[in-house]
Amino acid sequence: MAPTTCVNCKEARAVIIRPKNRQKICRACFLHIFETEVHETITSANLFFPGERVAIGASGGKDSTVLAAVLKTLNERYNYGLDLCLLSIDEGIRGYRDDSLETVKRNAVQYEMPLEILGYGELYGWTMDQVVAQIGKKGNCTYCGVFRRQALDRGAAKLGIKHVVTGHNADDVAETVMMNLLRGDLPRLSRGTSIVTDSGASDIKRSKPLKYAYEKEIVLYAHHRQLDYFTTECIYSPEAFRGSARTLIKDLEKIRPSSILDIVKSGEDMAALVPNQDSGKNGQAATAEDESAGGCGSANGRSSGGEMAAMEEQLASNEDAGSRETEIKLPKTAPKKAGKAGKPAIKTQTLQHCEKCGYMSSQAICKACMLLDGLNRNRPKTEINIGMEDEEGSSTLMRQMEKIQLTNS
Amino acid sequence: MSDSIPITVEFTGGLEILFANERQHKISLPARSGDGNPSNIAYLLQYLVDNLMKDQRKDMFIMEDNVRPGILVLINDADWELEGEENYELQPGDNIVFVSTLHGG
Repeated sequence: MAPTTCVNCKEARAVIIRPKNRQKICRACFLHIFETEVHETITSANLFFPGERVAIGASGGKDSTVLAAVLKTLNERYNYGLDLCLLSIDEGIRGYRDDSLETVKRNAVQYEMPLEILGYGELYGWTMDQVVAQIGKKGNCTYCGVFRRQALDRGAAKLGIKHVVTGHNADDVAETVMMNLLRGDLPRLSRGTSIVTDSGASDIKRSKPLKYAYEKEIVLYAHHRQLDYFTTECIYSPEAFRGSARTLIKDLEKIRPSSILDIVKSGEDMAALVPNQDSGKNGQAATAEDESAGGCGSANGRSSGGEMAAMEEQLASNEDAGSRETEIKLPKTAPKKAGKAGKPAIKTQTLQHCEKCGYMSSQAICKACMLLDGLNRNRPKTEINIGMEDEEGSSTLMRQMEKIQLTNS
Repeated sequence: MSDSIPITVEFTGGLEILFANERQHKISLPARSGDGNPSNIAYLLQYLVDNLMKDQRKDMFIMEDNVRPGILVLINDADWELEGEENYELQPGDNIVFVSTLHGG
Protein backbone atom coordinates (compact mmCIF):
# COMPACT_ATOMS: atom_id res chain seq x y z
CA MET A 1 0.00 0.00 0.00
CA ALA A 2 1.33 3.41 -0.93
CA PRO A 3 1.78 5.69 2.08
CA THR A 4 -1.12 8.06 2.67
CA THR A 5 -0.31 11.75 2.95
CA CYS A 6 -1.51 13.89 5.85
CA VAL A 7 -4.70 15.79 4.93
CA ASN A 8 -3.60 18.69 7.10
CA CYS A 9 -0.04 19.52 6.02
CA LYS A 10 -0.22 17.51 2.78
CA GLU A 11 3.44 16.62 3.20
CA ALA A 12 4.21 14.04 5.82
CA ARG A 13 3.06 10.44 5.93
CA ALA A 14 -0.27 9.99 7.70
CA VAL A 15 0.03 7.68 10.71
CA ILE A 16 -3.24 8.33 12.51
CA ILE A 17 -6.90 8.09 11.60
CA ARG A 18 -8.85 10.33 13.95
CA PRO A 19 -11.75 8.43 15.54
CA LYS A 20 -14.07 11.42 15.56
CA ASN A 21 -13.89 12.31 11.87
CA ARG A 22 -11.73 9.66 10.19
CA GLN A 23 -9.17 12.28 9.15
CA LYS A 24 -5.79 10.88 8.20
CA ILE A 25 -3.00 12.96 9.69
CA CYS A 26 0.72 12.83 10.39
CA ARG A 27 2.43 12.68 13.75
CA ALA A 28 3.30 16.37 14.04
CA CYS A 29 -0.15 17.57 12.96
CA PHE A 30 -1.78 15.08 15.33
CA LEU A 31 0.15 16.28 18.35
CA HIS A 32 -0.63 19.88 17.51
CA ILE A 33 -4.33 19.30 16.77
CA PHE A 34 -4.75 17.26 19.95
CA GLU A 35 -3.21 20.03 22.05
CA THR A 36 -5.24 22.73 20.27
CA GLU A 37 -8.48 20.89 20.93
CA VAL A 38 -7.71 20.59 24.65
CA HIS A 39 -6.89 24.31 24.60
CA GLU A 40 -10.29 25.00 22.99
CA THR A 41 -12.02 22.91 25.68
CA ILE A 42 -10.19 24.88 28.36
CA THR A 43 -10.93 28.31 26.92
CA SER A 44 -14.55 27.66 25.94
CA ALA A 45 -15.33 26.39 29.46
CA ASN A 46 -13.22 29.11 31.11
CA LEU A 47 -11.55 26.47 33.23
CA PHE A 48 -8.66 28.54 34.53
CA PHE A 49 -7.77 32.07 35.47
CA PRO A 50 -4.28 33.61 35.25
CA GLY A 51 -2.19 32.89 38.30
CA GLU A 52 -4.44 30.02 39.40
CA ARG A 53 -2.81 27.21 41.32
CA VAL A 54 -3.93 23.88 39.91
CA ALA A 55 -3.27 20.38 41.20
CA ILE A 56 -3.21 17.57 38.63
CA GLY A 57 -4.57 14.34 40.08
CA ALA A 58 -1.74 12.05 38.95
CA SER A 59 -1.76 8.27 39.04
CA GLY A 60 1.16 7.65 36.71
CA GLY A 61 -1.28 6.18 34.17
CA LYS A 62 -1.75 7.31 30.59
CA ASP A 63 -4.56 9.80 31.16
CA SER A 64 -3.05 11.82 33.96
CA THR A 65 0.41 11.66 32.37
CA VAL A 66 -0.96 13.03 29.09
CA LEU A 67 -2.93 15.65 31.03
CA ALA A 68 0.20 16.82 32.84
CA ALA A 69 2.23 16.92 29.61
CA VAL A 70 -0.46 18.78 27.64
CA LEU A 71 -1.16 21.28 30.43
CA LYS A 72 2.53 22.05 30.73
CA THR A 73 2.76 22.56 26.96
CA LEU A 74 -0.35 24.73 26.78
CA ASN A 75 0.54 26.72 29.87
CA GLU A 76 3.78 27.71 28.16
CA ARG A 77 2.36 28.12 24.65
CA TYR A 78 -0.64 30.26 25.56
CA ASN A 79 0.67 31.88 28.73
CA TYR A 80 -2.11 30.61 30.98
CA GLY A 81 -0.02 31.70 33.93
CA LEU A 82 -0.92 28.54 35.85
CA ASP A 83 1.00 27.27 38.81
CA LEU A 84 0.81 23.50 38.24
CA CYS A 85 1.61 20.69 40.61
CA LEU A 86 1.06 16.93 40.79
CA LEU A 87 -1.09 15.37 43.49
CA SER A 88 -0.99 11.60 43.93
CA ILE A 89 -2.99 9.38 46.18
CA ASP A 90 -1.38 6.28 47.61
CA GLU A 91 -4.16 3.80 48.32
CA GLY A 92 -1.71 1.56 50.08
CA ILE A 93 -1.92 -1.45 47.79
CA ARG A 94 1.44 -3.12 47.72
CA GLY A 95 2.56 -4.25 44.29
CA TYR A 96 0.04 -1.99 42.56
CA ARG A 97 0.59 1.59 43.57
CA ASP A 98 4.30 1.37 44.40
CA ASP A 99 5.38 1.15 40.77
CA SER A 100 2.99 3.78 39.47
CA LEU A 101 4.12 6.20 42.18
CA GLU A 102 7.66 5.74 40.91
CA THR A 103 6.37 6.84 37.50
CA VAL A 104 4.74 9.92 39.04
CA LYS A 105 8.03 10.77 40.74
CA ARG A 106 9.78 10.63 37.36
CA ASN A 107 7.00 12.74 35.81
CA ALA A 108 7.52 15.37 38.49
CA VAL A 109 11.15 15.67 37.39
CA GLN A 110 10.32 15.53 33.65
CA TYR A 111 7.66 18.22 33.86
CA GLU A 112 9.38 20.24 36.58
CA MET A 113 6.33 20.19 38.82
CA PRO A 114 6.21 19.81 42.58
CA LEU A 115 4.67 16.54 43.74
CA GLU A 116 2.57 15.76 46.80
CA ILE A 117 1.80 12.16 47.70
CA LEU A 118 -0.95 11.52 50.22
CA GLY A 119 -1.65 8.07 51.61
CA TYR A 120 -4.87 6.46 52.81
CA GLY A 121 -2.84 5.32 55.78
CA GLU A 122 -2.11 8.84 57.01
CA LEU A 123 -5.53 10.19 55.99
CA TYR A 124 -7.78 7.48 57.33
CA GLY A 125 -5.59 5.19 59.41
CA TRP A 126 -6.31 2.36 56.98
CA THR A 127 -4.44 1.32 53.85
CA MET A 128 -6.43 -0.59 51.22
CA ASP A 129 -4.36 -3.68 51.99
CA GLN A 130 -5.61 -3.45 55.58
CA VAL A 131 -9.18 -2.79 54.45
CA VAL A 132 -9.10 -5.88 52.24
CA ALA A 133 -7.61 -7.96 55.05
CA GLN A 134 -10.60 -6.89 57.10
CA ILE A 135 -13.53 -7.03 54.72
CA GLY A 136 -12.26 -9.34 51.99
CA LYS A 137 -11.90 -8.70 48.29
CA LYS A 138 -15.60 -8.30 47.72
CA GLY A 139 -16.95 -4.78 47.99
CA ASN A 140 -13.63 -3.15 48.77
CA CYS A 141 -13.95 -0.92 45.67
CA THR A 142 -16.63 1.05 47.49
CA TYR A 143 -14.15 1.93 50.23
CA CYS A 144 -11.43 2.78 47.77
CA GLY A 145 -13.74 4.98 45.68
CA VAL A 146 -15.18 6.89 48.62
CA PHE A 147 -11.75 7.40 50.17
CA ARG A 148 -10.16 8.52 46.92
CA ARG A 149 -12.79 11.14 46.18
CA GLN A 150 -12.09 12.83 49.51
CA ALA A 151 -8.36 12.24 49.40
CA LEU A 152 -7.83 14.41 46.31
CA ASP A 153 -9.80 17.25 47.88
CA ARG A 154 -7.99 16.91 51.18
CA GLY A 155 -4.66 16.83 49.39
CA ALA A 156 -5.54 20.01 47.53
CA ALA A 157 -6.68 21.65 50.75
CA LYS A 158 -3.40 20.70 52.37
CA LEU A 159 -1.54 22.42 49.55
CA GLY A 160 -3.85 25.43 49.71
CA ILE A 161 -5.03 24.73 46.16
CA LYS A 162 -8.65 25.23 45.11
CA HIS A 163 -8.72 23.48 41.74
CA VAL A 164 -8.03 19.81 40.98
CA VAL A 165 -7.95 18.57 37.39
CA THR A 166 -8.33 14.89 36.56
CA GLY A 167 -7.53 12.86 33.46
CA HIS A 168 -11.07 11.66 32.73
CA ASN A 169 -11.45 11.24 28.98
CA ALA A 170 -14.37 10.96 26.55
CA ASP A 171 -14.47 7.17 26.91
CA ASP A 172 -14.70 7.49 30.69
CA VAL A 173 -17.53 9.99 30.44
CA ALA A 174 -19.34 7.81 27.87
CA GLU A 175 -18.98 4.84 30.24
CA THR A 176 -20.40 6.83 33.11
CA VAL A 177 -23.31 7.97 30.95
CA MET A 178 -24.08 4.37 29.98
CA MET A 179 -23.76 3.10 33.55
CA ASN A 180 -26.08 5.72 34.97
CA LEU A 181 -28.49 5.27 32.11
CA LEU A 182 -28.64 1.56 32.93
CA ARG A 183 -29.11 2.38 36.62
CA GLY A 184 -31.74 5.01 35.90
CA ASP A 185 -29.70 7.52 37.85
CA LEU A 186 -30.19 10.75 35.93
CA PRO A 187 -28.81 13.10 38.60
CA ARG A 188 -25.56 11.18 38.77
CA LEU A 189 -25.47 11.05 34.99
CA SER A 190 -25.75 14.81 35.03
CA ARG A 191 -22.94 15.26 37.55
CA GLY A 192 -20.71 12.87 35.61
CA THR A 193 -21.03 14.69 32.31
CA SER A 194 -20.33 18.23 33.44
CA ILE A 195 -16.81 19.41 32.79
CA VAL A 196 -16.62 21.25 36.10
CA THR A 197 -17.98 19.86 39.35
CA ASP A 198 -18.32 22.79 41.61
CA SER A 199 -20.45 22.55 44.70
CA GLY A 200 -21.54 25.52 46.71
CA ALA A 201 -20.37 24.11 50.03
CA SER A 202 -16.96 22.99 48.86
CA ASP A 203 -14.30 25.45 47.89
CA ILE A 204 -12.42 22.88 45.81
CA LYS A 205 -13.31 22.84 42.15
CA ARG A 206 -12.90 19.71 40.00
CA SER A 207 -12.57 19.70 36.24
CA LYS A 208 -11.81 17.35 33.35
CA PRO A 209 -9.89 19.11 30.55
CA LEU A 210 -9.65 15.86 28.55
CA LYS A 211 -13.40 15.29 28.60
CA TYR A 212 -13.67 15.41 24.81
CA ALA A 213 -10.46 13.50 24.11
CA TYR A 214 -10.75 9.92 22.86
CA GLU A 215 -8.90 7.36 24.93
CA LYS A 216 -7.44 6.09 21.68
CA GLU A 217 -5.94 9.50 20.93
CA ILE A 218 -4.65 9.84 24.48
CA VAL A 219 -2.80 6.55 24.11
CA LEU A 220 -1.49 7.60 20.69
CA TYR A 221 -0.45 11.00 22.04
CA ALA A 222 1.50 9.28 24.80
CA HIS A 223 3.00 6.89 22.25
CA HIS A 224 4.06 9.52 19.72
CA ARG A 225 5.48 11.84 22.37
CA GLN A 226 7.06 8.82 24.07
CA LEU A 227 5.66 9.81 27.43
CA ASP A 228 6.64 7.80 30.43
CA TYR A 229 3.52 6.20 31.86
CA PHE A 230 2.65 3.11 33.80
CA THR A 231 -0.07 0.60 33.17
CA THR A 232 -1.47 -1.66 35.75
CA GLU A 233 -4.66 -3.25 36.85
CA CYS A 234 -5.76 -3.10 40.43
CA ILE A 235 -4.87 -6.41 42.06
CA TYR A 236 -8.16 -6.38 43.95
CA SER A 237 -11.40 -6.93 42.12
CA PRO A 238 -11.98 -4.87 38.99
CA GLU A 239 -15.20 -2.90 38.79
CA ALA A 240 -17.37 -5.45 37.05
CA PHE A 241 -20.22 -3.17 36.02
CA ARG A 242 -17.94 -0.48 34.67
CA GLY A 243 -16.03 -3.23 32.89
CA SER A 244 -19.14 -4.28 30.98
CA ALA A 245 -19.94 -0.68 30.09
CA ARG A 246 -16.36 -0.28 28.93
CA THR A 247 -16.53 -3.35 26.68
CA LEU A 248 -19.78 -2.06 25.23
CA ILE A 249 -18.23 1.34 24.47
CA LYS A 250 -15.19 -0.22 22.82
CA ASP A 251 -17.37 -2.51 20.71
CA LEU A 252 -19.45 0.47 19.61
CA GLU A 253 -16.31 2.43 18.78
CA LYS A 254 -15.13 -0.39 16.55
CA ILE A 255 -18.35 -0.26 14.51
CA ARG A 256 -18.88 3.48 14.61
CA PRO A 257 -16.01 5.53 16.06
CA SER A 258 -18.03 8.70 16.54
CA SER A 259 -20.29 6.82 19.01
CA ILE A 260 -18.16 7.84 21.98
CA LEU A 261 -18.47 11.59 21.49
CA ASP A 262 -22.11 11.08 20.50
CA ILE A 263 -22.80 9.38 23.86
CA VAL A 264 -21.02 12.22 25.66
CA LYS A 265 -23.19 14.69 23.73
CA SER A 266 -26.35 12.72 24.55
CA GLY A 267 -25.28 12.69 28.20
CA GLU A 268 -24.92 16.46 28.16
CA ASP A 269 -28.34 16.85 26.55
CA MET A 270 -29.91 14.53 29.12
CA ALA A 271 -28.13 16.44 31.88
CA ALA A 272 -29.84 19.58 30.63
CA LEU A 273 -33.11 17.87 31.56
CA VAL A 274 -32.07 17.42 35.16
CA PRO A 275 -33.24 20.28 37.35
CA ASN A 276 -30.48 22.44 38.72
CA GLN A 277 -29.02 21.18 41.98
CA ASP A 278 -29.74 24.30 43.95
CA SER A 279 -33.24 24.87 42.63
CA GLY A 280 -34.89 25.60 45.99
CA LYS A 281 -37.58 23.08 46.82
CA ASN A 282 -35.88 20.03 45.34
CA GLY A 283 -32.80 20.45 47.44
CA GLN A 284 -34.73 19.92 50.67
CA ALA A 285 -35.62 16.32 50.10
CA ALA A 286 -32.20 15.42 48.86
CA THR A 287 -30.50 13.91 51.90
CA ALA A 288 -33.05 11.28 52.74
CA GLU A 289 -33.34 10.19 49.15
CA ASP A 290 -29.64 10.01 48.57
CA GLU A 291 -29.28 7.44 51.29
CA SER A 292 -31.28 4.94 49.30
CA ALA A 293 -29.24 5.66 46.19
CA GLY A 294 -26.62 3.20 47.38
CA GLY A 295 -23.53 2.08 45.57
CA CYS A 296 -24.20 -0.14 42.62
CA GLY A 297 -27.82 0.69 42.03
CA SER A 298 -29.55 -2.63 42.64
CA ALA A 299 -32.25 -0.77 44.53
CA ASN A 300 -32.70 1.59 41.64
CA GLY A 301 -33.31 -1.31 39.33
CA ARG A 302 -36.19 -2.63 41.40
CA SER A 303 -38.03 0.63 41.81
CA SER A 304 -37.26 2.06 38.41
CA GLY A 305 -40.92 2.50 37.48
CA GLY A 306 -41.67 4.68 40.44
CA GLU A 307 -38.48 6.60 40.05
CA MET A 308 -39.18 7.35 36.44
CA ALA A 309 -42.62 8.55 37.43
CA ALA A 310 -41.16 10.79 40.07
CA MET A 311 -38.68 12.05 37.56
CA GLU A 312 -41.47 12.72 35.12
CA GLU A 313 -43.28 14.80 37.71
CA GLN A 314 -40.10 16.64 38.50
CA LEU A 315 -39.40 17.37 34.88
CA ALA A 316 -42.90 18.62 34.26
CA SER A 317 -42.46 21.14 37.03
CA ASN A 318 -39.20 22.31 35.63
CA GLU A 319 -39.41 25.14 33.16
CA ASP A 320 -36.26 24.26 31.26
CA ALA A 321 -37.49 20.79 30.60
CA GLY A 322 -41.02 21.82 29.79
CA SER A 323 -40.50 21.87 26.07
CA ARG A 324 -39.03 18.37 25.95
CA GLU A 325 -41.04 16.45 28.48
CA THR A 326 -43.38 14.93 25.94
CA GLU A 327 -40.49 12.75 24.81
CA ILE A 328 -40.57 10.73 28.03
CA LYS A 329 -44.25 10.24 28.53
CA LEU A 330 -45.20 7.44 30.86
CA PRO A 331 -48.49 5.63 31.32
CA LYS A 332 -50.92 7.73 33.37
CA THR A 333 -51.09 5.13 36.12
CA ALA A 334 -47.46 5.39 37.05
CA PRO A 335 -47.55 8.68 38.99
CA LYS A 336 -50.28 7.26 41.28
CA LYS A 337 -48.06 4.39 42.31
CA ALA A 338 -45.28 6.80 43.10
CA GLY A 339 -47.71 8.85 45.15
CA LYS A 340 -48.32 5.88 47.42
CA ALA A 341 -44.64 5.70 48.22
CA GLY A 342 -44.78 9.25 49.47
CA LYS A 343 -43.76 11.08 46.31
CA PRO A 344 -40.04 10.41 46.33
CA ALA A 345 -38.26 13.49 45.09
CA ILE A 346 -35.51 13.47 42.57
CA LYS A 347 -32.09 12.90 44.02
CA THR A 348 -30.21 16.12 44.21
CA GLN A 349 -27.41 16.87 46.58
CA THR A 350 -27.47 19.34 49.42
CA LEU A 351 -24.05 19.70 50.88
CA GLN A 352 -23.31 20.22 54.53
CA HIS A 353 -20.38 19.55 56.79
CA CYS A 354 -19.84 16.07 58.17
CA GLU A 355 -20.45 16.06 61.90
CA LYS A 356 -17.42 13.87 62.48
CA CYS A 357 -14.67 15.17 60.26
CA GLY A 358 -16.11 18.51 59.15
CA TYR A 359 -15.66 17.52 55.56
CA MET A 360 -18.39 18.42 53.08
CA SER A 361 -20.97 15.74 52.59
CA SER A 362 -24.51 15.25 51.40
CA GLN A 363 -25.30 13.56 54.70
CA ALA A 364 -24.87 14.42 58.39
CA ILE A 365 -22.00 11.94 58.59
CA CYS A 366 -19.95 11.61 55.41
CA LYS A 367 -19.62 8.25 53.63
CA ALA A 368 -15.93 7.97 54.47
CA CYS A 369 -16.62 8.40 58.19
CA MET A 370 -19.43 5.84 58.06
CA LEU A 371 -17.16 3.31 56.37
CA LEU A 372 -14.33 4.08 58.78
CA ASP A 373 -16.67 3.67 61.71
CA GLY A 374 -17.58 0.19 60.53
CA LEU A 375 -13.94 -0.69 59.95
CA ASN A 376 -12.76 0.61 63.31
CA ARG A 377 -15.50 -1.18 65.21
CA ASN A 378 -14.48 -4.48 63.69
CA ARG A 379 -10.78 -4.04 63.84
CA PRO A 380 -10.12 -6.92 66.28
CA LYS A 381 -11.79 -9.30 63.85
CA THR A 382 -8.84 -9.06 61.49
CA GLU A 383 -7.14 -12.15 62.89
CA ILE A 384 -10.31 -14.19 62.76
CA ASN A 385 -10.76 -13.27 59.12
CA ILE A 386 -7.28 -14.44 58.30
CA GLY A 387 -8.07 -17.68 60.09
CA MET A 388 -11.15 -18.17 57.95
CA GLU A 389 -9.21 -17.57 54.79
CA ASP A 390 -6.77 -20.26 55.83
CA GLU A 391 -9.61 -22.63 56.40
CA GLU A 392 -11.00 -21.87 52.98
CA GLY A 393 -7.61 -22.56 51.50
CA SER A 394 -7.34 -25.91 53.18
CA SER A 395 -10.83 -26.97 52.10
CA THR A 396 -9.86 -26.18 48.51
CA LEU A 397 -6.80 -28.30 49.03
CA MET A 398 -8.96 -31.10 50.38
CA ARG A 399 -11.21 -30.94 47.35
CA GLN A 400 -8.16 -31.15 45.15
CA MET A 401 -6.98 -34.15 47.12
CA GLU A 402 -10.33 -35.84 46.59
CA LYS A 403 -9.96 -35.34 42.86
CA ILE A 404 -6.55 -36.92 42.88
CA GLN A 405 -7.86 -39.96 44.71
CA LEU A 406 -10.69 -40.28 42.20
CA THR A 407 -8.42 -40.21 39.21
CA ASN A 408 -6.05 -42.68 40.80
CA SER A 409 -8.73 -45.24 41.44
CA MET B 1 13.60 -15.59 -1.22
CA SER B 2 14.18 -16.46 2.41
CA ASP B 3 11.63 -18.53 4.24
CA SER B 4 11.35 -16.34 7.31
CA ILE B 5 10.79 -12.64 7.96
CA PRO B 6 12.60 -10.97 10.84
CA ILE B 7 10.28 -8.50 12.58
CA THR B 8 9.94 -6.75 15.93
CA VAL B 9 6.75 -7.03 17.91
CA GLU B 10 6.01 -4.76 20.88
CA PHE B 11 3.33 -5.02 23.53
CA THR B 12 2.52 -2.01 25.68
CA GLY B 13 -0.24 -0.39 27.68
CA GLY B 14 -0.61 -3.47 29.87
CA LEU B 15 -0.44 -6.15 27.16
CA GLU B 16 3.13 -7.03 28.09
CA ILE B 17 1.67 -8.88 31.08
CA LEU B 18 0.33 -11.46 28.63
CA PHE B 19 3.72 -11.89 27.01
CA ALA B 20 6.03 -12.79 29.87
CA ASN B 21 6.24 -9.12 30.95
CA GLU B 22 8.50 -8.45 27.99
CA ARG B 23 7.74 -5.36 25.99
CA GLN B 24 9.81 -6.08 22.90
CA HIS B 25 10.10 -9.40 21.07
CA LYS B 26 12.27 -10.02 18.02
CA ILE B 27 10.79 -12.90 16.06
CA SER B 28 11.29 -14.73 12.80
CA LEU B 29 7.93 -15.17 11.19
CA PRO B 30 7.52 -17.90 8.54
CA ALA B 31 7.33 -16.10 5.18
CA ARG B 32 4.24 -18.02 4.19
CA SER B 33 1.25 -19.11 6.20
CA GLY B 34 -0.07 -22.68 6.22
CA ASP B 35 -2.09 -22.17 3.05
CA GLY B 36 0.93 -20.86 1.12
CA ASN B 37 -0.03 -17.18 1.10
CA PRO B 38 2.45 -14.46 2.13
CA SER B 39 2.30 -13.88 5.89
CA ASN B 40 -0.02 -11.07 6.84
CA ILE B 41 -1.16 -9.57 10.16
CA ALA B 42 -3.95 -12.14 10.48
CA TYR B 43 -1.34 -14.88 10.32
CA LEU B 44 0.92 -12.99 12.73
CA LEU B 45 -1.90 -12.85 15.30
CA GLN B 46 -2.40 -16.58 15.08
CA TYR B 47 1.36 -17.12 15.24
CA LEU B 48 1.68 -14.94 18.35
CA VAL B 49 -1.12 -16.73 20.16
CA ASP B 50 0.27 -20.16 19.26
CA ASN B 51 3.97 -19.49 19.81
CA LEU B 52 4.64 -16.42 21.90
CA MET B 53 1.74 -16.10 24.28
CA LYS B 54 2.20 -18.22 27.36
CA ASP B 55 -0.71 -16.69 29.24
CA GLN B 56 -3.96 -18.64 29.08
CA ARG B 57 -6.17 -15.55 28.77
CA LYS B 58 -6.23 -15.51 24.96
CA ASP B 59 -9.41 -13.43 24.93
CA MET B 60 -7.52 -10.54 26.51
CA PHE B 61 -5.70 -10.23 23.19
CA ILE B 62 -7.78 -11.92 20.51
CA MET B 63 -11.54 -11.99 20.08
CA GLU B 64 -13.30 -13.68 17.19
CA ASP B 65 -9.99 -14.20 15.38
CA ASN B 66 -9.20 -10.53 15.48
CA VAL B 67 -7.56 -8.08 17.86
CA ARG B 68 -9.79 -7.33 20.82
CA PRO B 69 -11.57 -3.95 20.54
CA GLY B 70 -9.65 -1.39 22.58
CA ILE B 71 -6.25 -2.67 21.47
CA LEU B 72 -4.49 -0.44 18.94
CA VAL B 73 -2.22 -1.90 16.30
CA LEU B 74 0.57 0.19 14.82
CA ILE B 75 2.46 -0.94 11.73
CA ASN B 76 5.76 0.98 11.61
CA ASP B 77 4.11 3.58 13.86
CA ALA B 78 1.06 4.01 11.62
CA ASP B 79 -2.46 2.99 12.54
CA TRP B 80 -3.00 -0.41 10.94
CA GLU B 81 -6.20 0.86 9.33
CA LEU B 82 -3.96 2.91 7.04
CA GLU B 83 -2.09 -0.20 6.01
CA GLY B 84 -4.92 -2.60 5.29
CA GLU B 85 -5.42 -3.99 8.80
CA GLU B 86 -5.12 -7.79 9.03
CA ASN B 87 -4.40 -8.09 5.30
CA TYR B 88 -1.14 -6.15 5.51
CA GLU B 89 1.70 -8.36 4.28
CA LEU B 90 4.70 -8.26 6.59
CA GLN B 91 8.06 -7.03 5.33
CA PRO B 92 11.49 -7.76 6.82
CA GLY B 93 12.34 -5.28 9.58
CA ASP B 94 8.74 -4.28 10.24
CA ASN B 95 7.89 -3.00 13.69
CA ILE B 96 4.45 -4.01 14.90
CA VAL B 97 3.15 -2.44 18.13
CA PHE B 98 0.11 -3.58 20.08
CA VAL B 99 -1.08 -0.98 22.60
CA SER B 100 -3.91 -1.63 24.98
CA THR B 101 -6.17 1.27 25.88
CA LEU B 102 -8.12 -0.94 28.26
CA HIS B 103 -5.93 -0.77 31.32
CA GLY B 104 -5.97 1.78 34.03
CA GLY B 105 -3.39 3.77 35.89
